Amino acid sequence: MNREEIIATTKRFLSEEFEIDQALIQPNNNLHKTLDLDSLDYVDLVVVIDENLGFKPTSDDFKSIQTFEDFYQLVEEKLALA
Amino acid sequence: MEQRVVITGIGIYSCLGENLNEVLTSLKQGKSGIIYDETRKDFGYRSCLTGHVNIPDLKPFLSRRERIGMHEPAMFAYMSTMEAMKNAQLDVDFLEKTETGIIFGNDSTAGAVIETIDKVRERKDTTLIGSGDIFQNMNCTVNMNLSTIYKLKGINLSLSAACASGSHSIGLGYLLIKQGLQDRVVCGGAQETNLYAMASFDGLGAFSIRQDTPTKACRPFDRDRDGLVPSGGAATVIIESLESALKRNAPIYGEIIGYGFSSNGEHISNPNIDGQHRSLNMALKNAGISANEIDYVNAHATSTPIGDATEAEAIFDVLGGKVPVSSTKSMTGHECWMAGASEIVYSLLMMENNFIAPNINFENPDEHSAKINVVPTYKEHQIDCFLSNSFGFGGTNSSLIVKKFKK
Repeated sequence: MNREEIIATTKRFLSEEFEIDQALIQPNNNLHKTLDLDSLDYVDLVVVIDENLGFKPTSDDFKSIQTFEDFYQLVEEKLALA
Repeated sequence: MEQRVVITGIGIYSCLGENLNEVLTSLKQGKSGIIYDETRKDFGYRSCLTGHVNIPDLKPFLSRRERIGMHEPAMFAYMSTMEAMKNAQLDVDFLEKTETGIIFGNDSTAGAVIETIDKVRERKDTTLIGSGDIFQNMNCTVNMNLSTIYKLKGINLSLSAACASGSHSIGLGYLLIKQGLQDRVVCGGAQETNLYAMASFDGLGAFSIRQDTPTKACRPFDRDRDGLVPSGGAATVIIESLESALKRNAPIYGEIIGYGFSSNGEHISNPNIDGQHRSLNMALKNAGISANEIDYVNAHATSTPIGDATEAEAIFDVLGGKVPVSSTKSMTGHECWMAGASEIVYSLLMMENNFIAPNINFENPDEHSAKINVVPTYKEHQIDCFLSNSFGFGGTNSSLIVKKFKK
């Protein structure tokens, strides 16, 4: 999966799952605030990331992410290890 | 000082209609909500008859987080509660500042649990289930979800008493308000309708197999009845102290004046006439009225041979043979955990509109139902006071008496 595909896939499944406008998913936007995540939402985030990208992020992974750009980099790292 | 308890809001989501107006029309027309469900045949059901209720789309009304913990019982209950809140003139802003409780009847979440376990079996990892399932799976799914959505601050629980759940929920709410412990309680009953929910019940052989004519299968009190038909949906009955209702100028649909209950202490599924006598007599005593003041009985009668026979005898013994009796289950099927609450809603609609809904499919009485006055067709009738029975597995009995409100 290249960067473009990662971005397109991420926009699709996040907007579907969290019912937000894809236009809000911009590289420099804060992922947590944009998705308005509470503690329960992280459970669902793990599920949809696993379903769509094939890996389960850990709580440490979430702590290291601020922006969507951070998330795309994380995905690239995880996919490279797979 | 004991409070008087009035009904200030009602809502319904059933196989007779998705709101009060639709249900009123169905009740007047004697319309049945029973269908034949082909998927049950492939699944292995003995009887494929069921009340049909649409799964509502709650996206227009609720956020993702509000919806994610809901499966059928909570979804149906949200629809009926939304209607009840609207006609009770209650909104979240008001509820948040007051102590309004919720006691909702529910006794299963089979569909939700099966779907969750199917996910685990497929994914072999519980962290891939999702956050909503636990809230869908618990029996108290209705009160958990609705108390969160409506910001309720009072009593908060579900009541499980099999087919008397909905009735007892109103009874318990009534007792709390009467004793001054709550101003207002959202009561009701919810019943899932998916095929997982009723499989083990069907396995008892208790359902009607008159499958060639689904709308004629449910025949309470009729000589040729052969079993019940499962159904579902939800009903909400908002009850309130008279003092609180008058203070906020709330509409008043009726006054609860009596609640009787009992346990049979005998067979786990068979009815018991002594238990029904005690429930009926306790309701009358609690109401402080005599039997001849009851203008209409909404019977529990589910169309089972032994159940209807026992109730007919109990009604005859306690209330006599003249009071008009009908079982709305003839049209709805057995709404189970919802029934006790929905039948209060149906009876209130009758009381408000001066008619008795027919006990359809009553063509020939048996020796027991011949003793009582079963109403087989639509009848104009002034109802000032009605009694509603609900009896459940485990020998739990509930009888509620409601009358027209007079200051």
